[in-house]
Amino acid sequence: MLNPTFTAVTLNLLESFGQNLLLFFSTLVLALPLGLLICFGSMSKFRPFRFLLKLDAAHIEDNGEKPRFTAVVLNAVGDFKPIAAICRLIVWIIRGTPLLLQLYVVFYVPGLVFNMPIRTRMTAALIAFVINYAAYFSEIYRGGIESMARGQYEAAQVLGMTKTQVFFKVILMQVVKRIVPPMSNEIITLVKDTSLARVIAVPEILKAAERYSSNGLVWPLFYTGLFFLIFNGLVTIVLEKVEKAFGYYKN
Amino acid sequence: MLEVFDIRKSFGKTEVLKGIDFKLHDGEVLVIIGSSGSGKTTLLRSLNFLETPDEGKIIVDGETIFDASAPELSDAVKRQNRLKFGLVFQSFNLFPQYTVLRNVTLANELLCIEKERAQTGRKPSRARKAEIAYECEAKARELLCRVGLEQKMNNYPFELSGGQQQRAAIARALALSPSVLCFDEPTSALDPELTQEVLKVIRSLKDENRTMIVVTHEMEFASHVADRVIFMADGVIKEEGTPEEVFGNPKSSALKAFLAHSK
Repeated sequence: MLNPTFTAVTLNLLESFGQNLLLFFSTLVLALPLGLLICFGSMSKFRPFRFLLKLDAAHIEDNGEKPRFTAVVLNAVGDFKPIAAICRLIVWIIRGTPLLLQLYVVFYVPGLVFNMPIRTRMTAALIAFVINYAAYFSEIYRGGIESMARGQYEAAQVLGMTKTQVFFKVILMQVVKRIVPPMSNEIITLVKDTSLARVIAVPEILKAAERYSSNGLVWPLFYTGLFFLIFNGLVTIVLEKVEKAFGYYKN
Repeated sequence: MLEVFDIRKSFGKTEVLKGIDFKLHDGEVLVIIGSSGSGKTTLLRSLNFLETPDEGKIIVDGETIFDASAPELSDAVKRQNRLKFGLVFQSFNLFPQYTVLRNVTLANELLCIEKERAQTGRKPSRARKAEIAYECEAKARELLCRVGLEQKMNNYPFELSGGQQQRAAIARALALSPSVLCFDEPTSALDPELTQEVLKVIRSLKDENRTMIVVTHEMEFASHVADRVIFMADGVIKEEGTPEEVFGNPKSSALKAFLAHSK
């Protein structure tokens, strides 16, 4: 252990890099659909208190006078979109706090507060990563959907398509094309972020390298960078292929 | 026959349509002229259910397809009713990810499959779906030939000129065989050369006795293709009549001023 060979270190690091890859792929597979769900939620127009807007007391006279307090309140409550509000609150919290902190919270809080500790460290890491990345993905989806020209929806509607058909047959493909570049950014970041799982002692590659460095062998720590670099190179090639696959048309 | 009664529409405080009434017989071409902001586009959009009028009634062939005083229609009924109309947009709005041919077949295919499902009570088989697709494609090819795009069927919209895109959009609207085909300034985004090829297609549709409503700024074209002309200003119909009456003998000062500017 004190003077391991290069091959031994490589094999050891490679094995722990498997944990990074596991976390990466699982997060991707789960966060992509969850992100779409959050995106739909944050764009939801569901207004359960809409009926309040129709009350006489909610009517605001347009005569330059200050509207009555009850009218203002009724209008605000009537316009309230609870699903959108909840989703945007979640996105705000998740994007507004460090992923590192979220890892601690997911790992420790269930055990400390509810006496229901999370069984494995990997599960805790996965939960934190999926929620975190779903929040970011949802905003990318939202940007893509909201950047669509209204004419595309209208053209499809006029042709008698249902809302579902409009989304899946006309809008979705165009949105996907638009979001591939920003998604690629996030996906590459995700590869590197998996090393953060080290703080809750997931046996990933940096943790493995630190075992050497704490015994006085420093180079394996720097060597880990090569693993990320090579894997991100592969990811980049795949993402470029995806982008090219959508290159046959222009929006 | 299309009958429109007292259509009114406001956006916030702005009253855009202040009571529009007109009738359009089968096979007639109605041209709507008027300056920007006169409500022409909002009227077309109301007919196509892209806007919901605050008041008024729309009747096609005796069937009430919109009535503001009746309870709001369900999405399914609205969808059914809007198919009475087709709309060609100023900015074409072709679907960029599909070929020209697919742009024309897509909606028709979806509707045919839906219709078959409603009739038989179950999803059509894969073989039957292929048959439907084949029929829709045959129709689309015919329509694309008619608008002069036989060479461009397998191209994507971005590979086409503006005029070609607009002709593809016309074929796409025709594929659903609407009772009334509406054009919202179909040539405003085109340069003069391309304008002519689109106008030629619209003229040929008139020769087939299609019922059409055309909003346009092309006065020359309007006077040739129209059976009736409506001049709109400030959300009302200011003048109405044959092209000879409206262009040759304008009565209101607003129309006189408008025609003087358009020359």
